[in-house]
Amino acid sequence: MAVKDYLRRRFFPQIWCAGCGHGIIMGGMIRAIEQLGLDKNEIVVISGIGCSSRMPGYLDFHTMHTLHGRALAFAMGVKMGRPELNVIVPMGDGDAAAIGGNHLIHAARRNIDLTAIIMNNHIYGMTGGQFSPMTPFGDKATTAPFGTIDHAFDLVELGKGAGASFVARTTTFHTQEMIRIIVKAIEHKGFSMVEVMTQCPTYYGRKNKRGSAADMMKYFKQITVPVGSKKKAEHPELIERGIFLEEQRPEYSATYLEFIEKQRAQKSTVKK
Amino acid sequence: MNPNLQFVQGNEAIVEGALYAGLRFYAGYPITPSTEIAEILSVSLPKVGGTFIQMEDEISSMCAVIGASLTGQKVMTATSGPGFSLMQEAIGYAVMAEVPSVVVDVQRGGPSTGLPTSVAQGDIMQARWGTHGDHAIVALTASNLTDAFSMTVEAFNLAETFRTPVILLFDEVLAHMREKILIPDPGEIEVVERLRTSVPGGTDYHPYLAREDGRLPMSDFGGVHRYNVTGLFHDMWGFPSNDPAVAYELLHHLVDKLRNRADSIAHYKEHFTEDADILLISYGSSARSALHMVEERRKRGVKVGLLELQSLWPFPRQTVREKCEGRSHVLVVEMNMGQIFREVKCCVSNPNGVYLANRFDGVFISHLDISRVLNMLLGKGV
Repeated sequence: MAVKDYLRRRFFPQIWCAGCGHGIIMGGMIRAIEQLGLDKNEIVVISGIGCSSRMPGYLDFHTMHTLHGRALAFAMGVKMGRPELNVIVPMGDGDAAAIGGNHLIHAARRNIDLTAIIMNNHIYGMTGGQFSPMTPFGDKATTAPFGTIDHAFDLVELGKGAGASFVARTTTFHTQEMIRIIVKAIEHKGFSMVEVMTQCPTYYGRKNKRGSAADMMKYFKQITVPVGSKKKAEHPELIERGIFLEEQRPEYSATYLEFIEKQRAQKSTVKK
Repeated sequence: MNPNLQFVQGNEAIVEGALYAGLRFYAGYPITPSTEIAEILSVSLPKVGGTFIQMEDEISSMCAVIGASLTGQKVMTATSGPGFSLMQEAIGYAVMAEVPSVVVDVQRGGPSTGLPTSVAQGDIMQARWGTHGDHAIVALTASNLTDAFSMTVEAFNLAETFRTPVILLFDEVLAHMREKILIPDPGEIEVVERLRTSVPGGTDYHPYLAREDGRLPMSDFGGVHRYNVTGLFHDMWGFPSNDPAVAYELLHHLVDKLRNRADSIAHYKEHFTEDADILLISYGSSARSALHMVEERRKRGVKVGLLELQSLWPFPRQTVREKCEGRSHVLVVEMNMGQIFREVKCCVSNPNGVYLANRFDGVFISHLDISRVLNMLLGKGV
């Protein structure tokens, strides 16, 4: 199928600003799903609130646009309600790491088979450019006019520490790598967390004088290196990309199904 | 002995009712005095192939329940005051996205952490207006465990019929008391199953286009219809819209589907009301004390009766108005500072004849508490 066959074109044009990276991630996700050859009826896409969260509406899957920060909590219910479905959860950085931070670490801890795609543009875009937990220290935002004094999360370390069994990072510049990573993340049985660094030229870029969308994407190329490269040792300020963790561990919904089978087998012998 | 005859705790009766109605998914977070519901379901749901999960908080519990409902399951969560506050945003989502769901709120003393192990009925207005924006909601209650069972079944039935969250407003006394219940055989109480669309796959399915009777047939996530669900105002496809006409129509639909049926879907019981000069109005566990007092006075020939409300929201205004007509006194009995009292005053023809007998100190209101207020009203001193 072509990319357009996965879109609800009735609802276009989409709402994103010119130069926004979210469309690139949506394209990457569609291509990953196309490569996997998944049936559209097997896929549920659940988002929270924010610019990124408008993505599901444009996609021809079972889609849900939920509450700010709560996408993973809704996704927990969908996955446990029908464990055979592939549940993909695109979130913004504020959505996933600030208001939804608790759900993020607990979904990771449970190792439930959800694919979390964190579209990190380092800012709250929908509300007009306030700093997020992913805004680098010292960078400006409408609520940090002199530069933020908050320190940003390292989402990869956060995911690993919280118990995710698949953790990766990529950028909107590295589209082929992004598709490969999303393919693996969807295939992975367990909680997959993919951070995609993306550009917000309208707010983050303008506030911090980062130039055009193309300039911001080129910057992703300059400041990132493949995971494990020698360059990182020489220049520790560089950000690593790629798959950081990929482990097979007992998955939550499968474990629960096994548990139910055991309980039902014992049913006749258990006193109420 | 009849195996259906059981001596159970209130929270157990609620669980039995939920399972009778077809509950298959529960998500919750521990909180007194509702915790037993989670504990019991963690044992009983897996046995029927259902899912019990303990979440990281009440916010995620309500969200998970909504997600699971969209996959076609009958769902429930249970909590108490503070947890109920945390669920409010997601309850609003279930209102807007029209997702059938049942929320048990076992009320305790508040505000804040309040009196966690004591009884209160202070969440009546939280149930009504806890989530933001204009909306309608269904809230049911009961005063004994047989009714707690049947009202729980009814909560699922109304949730499925009207695609709405339904609140079960119980209280600590009801949840923790023990009483015998006779569990009905399957089919004895009607159980409403989800209405699913007959539109074939590949055809344009409109999840938010009401049929002529006002009902909206659903399609399960994972099925053949792919559609969007959102908390934004939306069109018949579930796609966001800020068209004023769409917003106006949708809000009217959400409110009217319940408000216009307030009296026809209302549940209530009458005790000695026919010839009563004095009418007591109560609900939940306080209705037990009200009934106790009514029975005592009747022995002495006092013409007093009790209207026991089981539907609190939408408030059965017409019914209450009719039942209060021609009484010398109307006395509302509740364990808060007058939440239903105000509602009654608003709908009767003589609001000045409505009085309040209440407690809100964590102590269960007794028939003597009510008796003292009645004596004052009748000019008999305290």
